[in-house]
Amino acid sequence: MRKHLLAACAAAAATASRAAEAIRDPAAGWDRLWHEVIIDISILGVAFALITAWFVLRYRRRNPNEVGRAEKLTAAAAVGWTVIPMFVFMADDFFLAANGWQLWNAYRQPPAERIEIKLESGMYSWDYTYPNGVKAQNVLKVPAGKPVLLRMTSRDTIHSHFIPDFRVKEDSMPGRVTFMWFYPQKPGEHIVTCAEYCGIMHSYMVGKVVVVPEAEFAAWYAQEEKKLADGGRQTKKAGA
Amino acid sequence: MNTWKEWIFTTDHKRVGVLYLIGSLAAFGVAGIMALLMRWELTSIGPTLTENPSTYNVWLYAHGAVMILGFQIPALTGFFANYCIPLMIGAKDVAFPRLNAFSVWLFYVGIVLAVLTFFIPDPPDIMWTAYPPYSTITSGNTAFYTFTVLILGFASILGGVNFLTTVAYMRAPGMSWNKLNIFVWCTVAAFVLQLIFVPVLGTAVTLISFDKYLGTSFFDPARGGDVLIYQNLFWFYSHPAVYVIFLPFIGVVYEIVATFARNRVFNYKMVVYGGIFGIVGLSGVVWVHHLYVTGMADWIRIGQMVTTLLISVPVGFTVIGLVGTLYKGAISFETPMLYALGVIFLFLIGGLTGIPLAITSLTLHLSDTYYVVGHFHYVMAVAGTFAIFGGVYYWFPKITGRMYSETMGKLGFWITFAGTNVVFWIMMDIGVKGMPRRYFDYAHFPQFENAHQWMTGGAALIGVGFALAVINWIVGAARGAKAADNPWGSQSLEWTTQTPPPPGNWKDVPTIREEWDPYAYAQR
Ligand code: HEM
Ligand SMILES: [Cu+2]
Ligand SMILES: [Cu+2]
Repeated sequence: MRKHLLAACAAAAATASRAAEAIRDPAAGWDRLWHEVIIDISILGVAFALITAWFVLRYRRRNPNEVGRAEKLTAAAAVGWTVIPMFVFMADDFFLAANGWQLWNAYRQPPAERIEIKLESGMYSWDYTYPNGVKAQNVLKVPAGKPVLLRMTSRDTIHSHFIPDFRVKEDSMPGRVTFMWFYPQKPGEHIVTCAEYCGIMHSYMVGKVVVVPEAEFAAWYAQEEKKLADGGRQTKKAGA
Repeated sequence: MNTWKEWIFTTDHKRVGVLYLIGSLAAFGVAGIMALLMRWELTSIGPTLTENPSTYNVWLYAHGAVMILGFQIPALTGFFANYCIPLMIGAKDVAFPRLNAFSVWLFYVGIVLAVLTFFIPDPPDIMWTAYPPYSTITSGNTAFYTFTVLILGFASILGGVNFLTTVAYMRAPGMSWNKLNIFVWCTVAAFVLQLIFVPVLGTAVTLISFDKYLGTSFFDPARGGDVLIYQNLFWFYSHPAVYVIFLPFIGVVYEIVATFARNRVFNYKMVVYGGIFGIVGLSGVVWVHHLYVTGMADWIRIGQMVTTLLISVPVGFTVIGLVGTLYKGAISFETPMLYALGVIFLFLIGGLTGIPLAITSLTLHLSDTYYVVGHFHYVMAVAGTFAIFGGVYYWFPKITGRMYSETMGKLGFWITFAGTNVVFWIMMDIGVKGMPRRYFDYAHFPQFENAHQWMTGGAALIGVGFALAVINWIVGAARGAKAADNPWGSQSLEWTTQTPPPPGNWKDVPTIREEWDPYAYAQR
């Protein structure tokens, strides 16, 4: 009996830790939190608007000499009307901050199991370097089902690598290294667009993330690596 | 001939104020035309009005910089403060009338510099934020930007010294602090912010010109500098600058609402000591919400998410005070009141749509998109402009001694109000869907073309509505019916002197009775 219980406990703990390891997709979290916040602010907005509209209609001036009838608040009412709204707003603020922070952690704690790619931005292109040294410009091919982490810097002005479909952007700057990660799950194409004013052609600084099935990616990756190696041998020969 | 000289060399706070108004409205016209040109350019994918992206970037630079530095701040802290504060506190003039005249001259130098943007061969194309490294490597003229900011900033600092002294020392006998108009409190707070923070902006913009022209390397990482320091300095000023605009404009709205509801201000002390003081207190610790996607340390991005969200408390106080002032009022709906109610509506939308932007993780998607542009036009740009237009209508009879046309005023209001919601609602919508800001072209977002066309239509409406208002003022000032001393039946002190007020404002400086207060309607 006791053995049984222990086993059950161990199993539960294992599932829990596997769940904790499961990758939290920030983009899905973004959509969820956005939805919650929109409901929250809509309720606040509609409540305020209705109260205002009601006052405006209810307290219209009916004859030209009429004046307002509201008395000054008593001290107790004045304090109440300060403290109560303060707590309501603060409760909402802390609720939102807590949720925002949770999602923030998903964005800022990239899973250990990932592909890590370097990005150097410049006027006006996105230049990626894969772990094996393969380079790509403006088209970032990645495998479906694997988190992608970009370590970013810039060789001239500030740019911002924005992938609307993955709900993420982060500036790339000269002299600093920043990072972002995203989680492509299905094959498909996603626009990358520059979100920081970086120069005259800022609005043309566009690229795309191409998500392909894992096997296809592996084949492409190996092939590019081979090309790179061959190319290297070629140049070495030419040099010699 | 003589009257021209009287105006240019005037030291009368009312005339100085009117000079500020004329200059800032001219700036508004110029920056407004830039907005229309941008909207025209964006009606179709690909080059539309100009082939050259640089041209668009210069329009956008001029639009942003002139709207903020040449229109809203001078209209609010130059015109309204000058015209209203001495009259509201029962003073004969400001503390330093000649300094006042000097600052309006500086202001004109500043806007002339700003307008020269369109005549120099290499105009600045660095946006009003002027981030390095672009601002230090562009072929555009960054020095023009630096000098425009420095001169307008200097004018504003002189104004700050002047008005803080005026309010502290020149109140009429019996005018205690708790009898001051909300507008006076708001403006005092705005000037405190200017005095503290303008020097930081001055430093930042001076250093970019040093880097560009004198070969220093404050912001050049290749030579030991750092690009983010500029952004921190810039927003350390420019976030409080939002309150430099917000506070006086909400003050104007308070005056209008109290007068047209003929009602006390709801919970005056909460508004002043909670709302206005609270905003000043928090204004210096939230700037990082402009740097959420720049790779600042995680702890400060989270910390300033909390401070930013907490700003909702004092801002909430000011809104509750405003709506509460309607309660049991006797409300009438002349043009100024329509604008004031319009501000409440726009500010409600703008304020609430700011909440997602305060949340760091949501901003990772929203930052630098049209969502931000839509949000800040609602909350500051257009709400502020509505307050300014409403305020000009409100004090128009006092200033000119004549009335404007009520029909034309209301027509202009509704046209602008409709256009505003079309333009900026759509902006927020396509922003959430991924449309980035500061784009000359959006070839890779063809799905937004239709939305852009609607926005251009809406912008045209806004233009027509504002033009009607300005025409209404010009015609009214020239040929309107004579105005009474107190056409709205307000309690506030500025309406008790004759219309228009004589030099020196009062025959005898008013003495404030114990039971008087600018909003004491019920006790009348
Ligand atoms: C009322 C009519 C207005 C219209 C139609 C309008 C339109 C626009 C447009 C189309 C943009 C550029 C979007 C982009 O390419 O990123 C913009 C940017 C901006 N507007 Fe307005 N605007 C108006 C009024 C104002 C006012 C009154 C202000 C006053 C503060 C203002 C301040 C700004 C600022 C600061 C920017 C950002 C500039 C930048 O990105 O550097 N606008 N506006
Ligand atoms: Cu770029
Ligand atoms: Cu860019």
